[in-house]
This record gives sequence, structure tokens and C-alpha cells, in this order.
Amino acid sequence: MSFASTAFAGFGSDSYRPATKPLSIGLGASRVSGLERHGRSAIVLEETLSATMAAAQAGDAEAYRRLLRDCMPVIAAAARAKGARGDAVEDVVQETLLTMHRARASYDPARPFLPWLRAIAQRRTIDLLRCQSRRPKEVDDPIAYEAHADDGLPEAGQGLMTREREARLAQAIATLPKGQRQAVEQLGLRENSLAEASVLTGRSTGALKVNLHRALKTLRAALAQDRKDGHV
Amino acid sequence: MSEFGRLDSLVDHLATDLEPVRRLPAPSLRALAWFCLLPGLGLLLMPFADWHAMAERLHVPDLCVAAVGAVLTALCAAIAAFQTSVPGRSQVWALLPLPPLALWIGASSLGCLRAWIAPDSNIADGAEMRGCLYFLLGASLPLSVLIVLMLRRAAPMRPNLTAALAGLAAAGAAAALLVPFHPHDATASDLAMHAIAVGLIIGLNGLAGGRLLDRGVSGG
Repeated sequence: MSFASTAFAGFGSDSYRPATKPLSIGLGASRVSGLERHGRSAIVLEETLSATMAAAQAGDAEAYRRLLRDCMPVIAAAARAKGARGDAVEDVVQETLLTMHRARASYDPARPFLPWLRAIAQRRTIDLLRCQSRRPKEVDDPIAYEAHADDGLPEAGQGLMTREREARLAQAIATLPKGQRQAVEQLGLRENSLAEASVLTGRSTGALKVNLHRALKTLRAALAQDRKDGHV
Repeated sequence: MSEFGRLDSLVDHLATDLEPVRRLPAPSLRALAWFCLLPGLGLLLMPFADWHAMAERLHVPDLCVAAVGAVLTALCAAIAAFQTSVPGRSQVWALLPLPPLALWIGASSLGCLRAWIAPDSNIADGAEMRGCLYFLLGASLPLSVLIVLMLRRAAPMRPNLTAALAGLAAAGAAAALLVPFHPHDATASDLAMHAIAVGLIIGLNGLAGGRLLDRGVSGG
């Protein structure tokens, strides 16, 4: 793991401020020492990166390679702090490294390195997020609507309506005379043949046909009345 | 291998054959270098200036103050533009030219009352005002081109802001250069013409310069 990765473990990029004054009042001893340790490591990181960048400006390729690798976690932290997630973080790191390379002459080693780096990283993050937000979403794509709008999935509220209709039908069937009710149950709901229904009910096939016909007429009238009343 | 293994090849590519770079001078020094062009251009134009008429006009306090305001606006806007062109520098620098700009606008606005407070003024006609417009646009063009080219060497993180500040610097410098050639006293219509010219210069710089600066940074 690189030095920057170690120093920035638990550090948000935006929360970094070199701790130049001792921390004392209101903090426990272990908390104070922890913060001071982080502060010291951040200052060391700052000085290390600044010196490495100065060497890179002078043409030291190995220092430059080390600097770019050490900058990656810092850039990633800045990108995440600005709202980049997933692959976008890696894209920001890449774009920031490229901008760093082009703008390396603008860094003044007499000034802190991290604000210079963080400004570039934040700008590249904003550019990337803007670019992503400008891309058309699938939901705006008319082809997507045509391709996926009717995939056989039930519409919202469809299940509720179906259950209500079944309840009204069952209620109407229950009010039928016994012969008609048996004809509907055996022939309509259980889909038995006339012969099977005749055996099961002990009625002739002709009687079953007549009862089914009468039952359907009664049910149609009952459900039509319900529809008129707004129940179904 | 780092967390971003895909980028290892990019790092190697950037580090291979790394060339040493010459660090840019401090932004204020670069702004001063650009600003030194202003007396240079003034010297070039000197043979065409009506110095006698200018000396008379500068006796009018508001014209003198407006000229000083334009010069200070050009200098402060240039400093602000160069400061904002460096990553990590505070964007508050963009406010630097506001006080001299207020002085420039305030003193120039007194021209609106000129016909009332100085009835003997030499009022500009349409052709003279058009001449002012062309002079302002013409003088600001090389100044704008030069400052944008200088700014491209840095890496402005807000290219449009930096370019608009560069436009303000060029407009202020052009207005300062106009003083020796101004054939008439400032009036409301003259002021409006100047405002249109300055607005055009800033707007064009903000649009065209902003794109140029953005391409310079993002490599587009």
C-alpha cells in the first residue's frame, strides 16, 4: 500500500486540514493523540507530495510515477466527496491524472500541493457528473416505452380488481339454486365433461345443460347489475 | 498494483519520457507582464493622439477619474484572471476588479449629467461614437488574444469566469487607450456605446476564450 493510501485511511479529502495547533480542550487523551497523529501524517503527506512534484517538474520520471500512484487515493476521496460512485470514481481519477500532467507547470512548490490537486479533482468530478446527467435516460426513450411497456406484467391495482371481481362472482354463484350452482361448479369452474358432471351430481346431461344455461343467464344479469352499481 | 489497476498503464505512459517543465511565474507577475503591453501599445499610437485636446479634457475631474478607473480595472481584472487560472487559488480573486470597476462606471456615469453641468461640452455625433466602438473593439482584440494565450499555459478550473475577467481586463485597457483619442466629452449616449463595447468584449471573451481555455485544460 502506498504512503498516501496509509495516510488517507479514514480521511475524507474535504476534511483534511493540516493540524498546526495542538488540540486540547474537550477531547479525551486518546482522541487528541489520534487526531494529532492524523494531522502529522497529513502534513508529512503534503510535504512528500510537494517535493515529489517538484522533482517531477524537473523531469524525474520515477518520482512522477510514484506521485501519480500516491495521488490516486486522494483524487478518489475528493471524487467520492463530490458524489461520484462506482466506475465514475475511476474515470475521475483518470481524467484528473491527465489534467495534472498537462497542468504540472502551474504548480508552485512553495505552496501546498493538496489544494492544487484537489481543485483539479473536484473540477473533473463536476465535469463528469454534469456529463452523466446530460445523457438521456432510458425512461425518456420512446423506443424503450414501446419495447418494455407491455411485458405481460400486471398494471398497478390490477390484482385488487381481479380479487374483487372473483369475490362478487363467488357471491353470485352462491345465491343460485342448487341445480344451477352444481352445473356451474362442475362444468364451468372445474371444467369437467358432461358425462363426468353427470356421474358426480347424479343428474342427466340434459338437465345439466339446461341448469348451466339458466345459471349463466342469472349470473350475467346479477353481474350486469353490479357493474351498473359500480361494484365491479 | 494499486486500487485502480486499469490506470497503471496510464501512469507508465505519462511517466515514460517525461520532459522537464518550466514553472510558470507567479500569477501577479504574469498579470503585470501582460499589463506592460498597455503602455507599449500607447507608445505605438502616440503619434496619432490629440494631446492638446486630451490635456483639456483631463481637466474635467470625472473624465480623469474614469480614465484612472479604467486603468486600475484592467490591472486588477488581469491579476484576478491569472490568479483564477491556477488550480487551488481562491475564486474570491474574481472580486478584486469590482472596486475600480465601480470607480470607472461611477465616474463615467457623471457624463450623463454633462449637458446640464457643462453646457459648453463637445458632444459626440453618431459617426464619432461608432469610431469609439470600433476603436474599443479593435484595441481589445490583440489584448484579449494575448491574455487568453497566456492564461492557456495555466489550468483554469472555471474557464468562463477566467475568460470573462480577461475580457474585462482587455476592455479596461482599451478604454484607457481610448483617452488620448477621444474626440469628444462623455455623454449618456457615449457612455451607452462604451458599455455596449465593454459588454461585447467581456461576452465574446467569456464564450470564445472560455472554450479555448477549457480545451487547453481538458485536452479537447
